[in-house]
Parts: sequence; structure tokens; C-alpha cells
Amino acid sequence: MTAASTMGAMGAMGTSAGHLLEVRDLSMRFGGLLAVDGVALAVKAREIFAIIGPNGAGKTTVFNCVSGFYRPTTGSIRLDGQSLVGLGSHRVARRGVVRTFQNVRLFKSMTVLENLLAAQHAQLSRSVLGGLFNTAGYRRLEREAIARALTWLDFMGLREFVNREAGNLAYGHQRRLEIARCMITEPRLLLLDEPAAGLNPQEKKDLQQLIGRLRDEFGVTVLLIEHDMGLVMGVSERILVLEHGRPIAEGTPDEVRRNEQVIKAYLGEA
Amino acid sequence: MSALRARLGPALIAALMSVVLIAPIFGLKLQRVGARTVLAPHWDFVLWGALAVFAWQLLRPAAALATGGLRLPTLPEFSARRHPLVLALILLLAFAWPFFAGRSAVDIATLVMIYVMLGLGLNIVVGFAGLLDLGFVGFYATGAYTFAMLYHWAGWSFWEALPLAGAISAFFGFILGFPVLRLRGDYLAIVTLGFGEIIRLLLVNLTDWTGGPDGISGLPKPTVLGLPMTRSPLVEGGTTFHQFFGLEFDTMHMVIALYLMALLLALITLLVSNRLIRMPIGRAWEALREDEIACRSLGMNPMRIKLSAFTLGAMFAGFGGAFFAARQGIVNPESFTFIESALILSIVVLGGMGSQLGVILAAIVLIVLPELAREFSEYRMLVFGLVLVLMMIWRPQGLLPVKRRHVQVDEGAAREGAAR
Repeated sequence: MTAASTMGAMGAMGTSAGHLLEVRDLSMRFGGLLAVDGVALAVKAREIFAIIGPNGAGKTTVFNCVSGFYRPTTGSIRLDGQSLVGLGSHRVARRGVVRTFQNVRLFKSMTVLENLLAAQHAQLSRSVLGGLFNTAGYRRLEREAIARALTWLDFMGLREFVNREAGNLAYGHQRRLEIARCMITEPRLLLLDEPAAGLNPQEKKDLQQLIGRLRDEFGVTVLLIEHDMGLVMGVSERILVLEHGRPIAEGTPDEVRRNEQVIKAYLGEA
Repeated sequence: MSALRARLGPALIAALMSVVLIAPIFGLKLQRVGARTVLAPHWDFVLWGALAVFAWQLLRPAAALATGGLRLPTLPEFSARRHPLVLALILLLAFAWPFFAGRSAVDIATLVMIYVMLGLGLNIVVGFAGLLDLGFVGFYATGAYTFAMLYHWAGWSFWEALPLAGAISAFFGFILGFPVLRLRGDYLAIVTLGFGEIIRLLLVNLTDWTGGPDGISGLPKPTVLGLPMTRSPLVEGGTTFHQFFGLEFDTMHMVIALYLMALLLALITLLVSNRLIRMPIGRAWEALREDEIACRSLGMNPMRIKLSAFTLGAMFAGFGGAFFAARQGIVNPESFTFIESALILSIVVLGGMGSQLGVILAAIVLIVLPELAREFSEYRMLVFGLVLVLMMIWRPQGLLPVKRRHVQVDEGAAREGAAR
């Protein structure tokens, strides 16, 4: 369960059934820099999968490729067997792959509720005439959208801030709202980019619980990048370790923790 | 006292600077003496100017203290219950006053309404969607020429041509929207500026269709209830407005009718844009303005959202343009220069980006003020610039900044929140 060669072989073995996301031989080159080099990963449905690695290891680049913000130089990305490469980020999102960002990206001057309503844009009927004349059907859709938003706010414990401007929320709440905004689009795969960054220990504990609940109650598959080892080891079922854009190990938290290469590269001797 | 002494130095420098500025502009005047032109000095001008600046700089802190920092007016607060009442009152006033007002006042008010329409249209693009468009006048021109050409070549009346004018302007907005979608901010502004000019140059140069620099004249005024408001019927055996209602013919009727139509069109624009911003598409515009990357990550198609803003904004400009053409009776490319785009943009910025009431107020201020100050017409642009500079200092967010919160739910109360 170590080197990249093992990984490559695993990917090459082909149509492994039951994998929601399959990334093979992913490389991303920026000019002279090979940011991601031959990464492969396969995430099963309803799995919580983490990517870890030192700064600059290419974790976020992998995310950007999967979510369609970058077009990978080589490699394939498949969701349920269908290629996502070259679709463009908003189409990838419509296929059910949504993400959060390292530095929270909320619609800051809109209210908490409006953030969740805007996120449903792709799902809501966009009948302009119905809206202009405020027809009964349109009002019902709006009511349902608001009800969905409120359900999520209740779930996240953000109900009391419903009319508050999103930019004025405490940082931890902003992070939760960003996750709620993703979940309201009913994704199949949720990408969390360092969700614990800037959170206090209690909030980290809550986050760990939250990620588990999202998977258990809503059946969403989670792919996350995180530096906080407590959270990663506690929540994820499998972990991929990157260094300098290359995969150096993959396995369960215990396997990764014992892997000498990983300890040397990242976890540090202790 | 010591504070005053401390201000002395800066005040002197300011006075000196103003001498440097005033002297070439106002201090020296070209005068004709017989066949020759001479420079006549007006040093008293310079002296008074410098003195004024000196005194102002010296006393500025005191003045600021005395006025407690200038506060610009805000809308008086009304309780939600009295809102409809106030609104009805304003509407009644807007509809009734032309019957008691003078011709020129009503005429200016008509112009204001056209700019309200244009301002609200541009507000969709700039205020809601955050796309800086400096070529808005192009769509205004498209609407005006659509009506003019439809009348000239096919004999369409104003009301027949109006929907098509809007549609064709919207179509142009859509077409021109495509290539600029990837651009943002300053780059977008420059390209749209170019588009505005291209449309104007096309109008100048497609002489066979548009009449070139002379434009198209002899456009009929809009009819009222299908009745022309002319002294004698346009066609043999037709009825005119004053004959039908048994009134004495009066050109004032036309002026009032034009105002009422403009008011109606402006009201429709206001209602529609007011609805739009509360609809999913409005939220999408705002979300896009806030963070395009986040929008994309949530499955929103930024292209489609931007195009819809461009298209709808252009449509209202088209309506405004067609009405403008009918009111003037003549269109030519002179009416659609860049300065017009700048004026409409100033209305949006001055009013407070995204604020519809602000746009209306700013349209009134920016159109009526120059008309009131006709005697100072030489200084119009100066005053205009001054107003804008002062606004940016005291009220950078506009006359009536937007109050956000379009959708609210009762906090804690009922599960199914009430959409406002």
C-alpha cells in the first residue's frame, strides 16, 4: 500500500464497480511547473475520502480539476463512468459535484437566506413570465425554495441568522453556511477544501460530526482536503497522500499513519 | 486661535494654487478690438477667487463644526402600513400635475421619464449584475432607429413599432453581450464603449437606410386610443382626438399625453425591474456580482446570467429610444453620442447603484437642474462635474443607497417564511 506505481496499477485495472468518482493519471502543468503528476483516485459512493499533503502538494489543483475549474493537461475524471473533463465548472456542478473554497466564498452582501436561494438557481424553474406576474405556481416554487433553505439552516444551526448579511457572520458560521449552500443543490459528491481552516477546537469537533451526518443522512460522498490531522484521521475512511504533485501513499487512516514515507514527508517523526 | 494659525499655511498654499488655476481660465480673456484679438486681463476675478478659497480653507474646520458635518437627505421613514398610501399619493400627483403645470415644465418632465426608463434599464446591467456598460446609448439608438425606420420604410405607427423596438434592442444586447462575456470591469467598460460608438457610426454611414447624419424626420407622434392628436385627421375621413372628445384643439393636449405615456412606460419599467430583482434571476445577478467563481461552483451558468442582464437592460433602452424618437419627431446620430451614455451612467451611479428609487431621483436631479439653470448654460458641465465630485466625497454610495433584504422570513416564527 505504498508507492505511486501501486496506485497506477490499481487505476489501470479498469472499471472498478461501485466507484462514484474515478480519476486516472491526472496531470496538470502550469508552464514549466508540473503541479499534479499522475494522480489517480477512486472514491466509492457514500465514502469519506481525504487528500492530505504538505503545502503546494497539488491538493487544491486536483480539486480544481475535478470541479471543472481547470482543464487537466492529461488524465481522465469520471463521475459514474461519465467523463467530466472539459465540461466547464458550472456543468460539472450540475452533474452533482459541488465544492467549497479554501477562503470562504459566500455572496457577502446578500443575506444568509438569499445565499441559499441563489444556490438553488440551477434547480428552480426560471420561468420569467411566471415571476413577473407572480403566478400561484411561481409563488409555490419560491415558498418551497425558502422552506428548503430554512430546513438547511435549522440543520446547520444557523436559523437565527436567516436575515443577516452573510459577510457579517462569524467565520465558523460562514463555513457552515458555505457547506449548506452546497448541500442545498443536492450534490452527489461534495468537495471540501480545508473546511477546518480557521475553526476553533470545538468547531472542528462539530465539523467532524457534521461531515459524518451529511454522509449518513443525505448519502453524499465527501472528498476533502484538510491539514488538521485530528479531523482527517477521525472522519475519513481512506486517505490519499500527495507530495510534489505525486501520490505517495493511499489507505485507511491507520495505514497512512504507519507509512514511513508519509511520516518522513508530512506527518513528521514523533 | 492656535488652530486658526495652523490652518494659515495650508490656506495660503491653497489660495496660491487657485491663482495658478484661475488665472489662465478666468483671468485672461480673449477680446476683439476692431480687427484684432487681444488678451484682456481680469485680475479682480483672480483676486476674489483666491480670497474665497483662502477664507474657506481657513474656516473649514469651524464650518464643519457648525453644521455638524453635512447630512444629505434620506427618505423619510414610513411605517409599512402607510406605504401603499404614500405610494398612491405620489402616483396621483405624478398623473395629475401636468394638467395644472406649464408646457415647458411638462415637456421637461417627459424627458425626465425617458431618462428614468433608461436609468432603470442600465441599472439592471450596472447596478444589479455589476457589469460596467459604457455603450448603453447604442441600444437607445437602436430602439429609436427601429421605430424611425419602420415608419419611414413600412409606415408602422408608434404603438405597432414599440414592441419590436424593444425586441430588436434586446436582440442587439444579446448579440453584443456574447463577445464581452469573458471580460470584466475596466475591460468590459472599454469594449462596450466601443460598441456604442460602432452603432452610432453605423447610423451615420448607412446613409441609404438611416439617412446618415441627417437622420430620419417627420416621425408621427404616438396616437392616443388610436386617435391622432393633430389638428386635422391624418387620413381622409378619420377622426382626431379633439374631435372625438369634443374638445377645442390645443397643442398642450399632445404635451400632456406624451408625458402620461412616458410616465406609464417608466412605471412599467419600474414595476418589471422591481419584480426581476426579487426573482431567481435577480438573485442570480446579485450573486454573480458578488462572486462569479462561487456561482459557477453552484451550477449557475454565468454566460446565461450575464446575457439575460444585457438583454433585458437593452430592451428597456429600446422602449425608451422608440418613445424618444416619437416625441422628437426626428432621429439623428447626434442624439446618441457617448456623452449620453455617460449621463445615463451618472444617473445610475448618482442614484446609488442598484437602487431604483435612487435612479428615479437622480434622473430628476440631473435632467431638471440643467434645465433650471439655463442662464448658466456655459457652466452646465462645470456644475454637473461639481455635483458628481461632491457626491463622491459626501455620499459615495449614491443619493439613496440600496436597502438590501429582498426576501425575509419572520425570525423564529412560522416555518414557511413569507416571501415579500
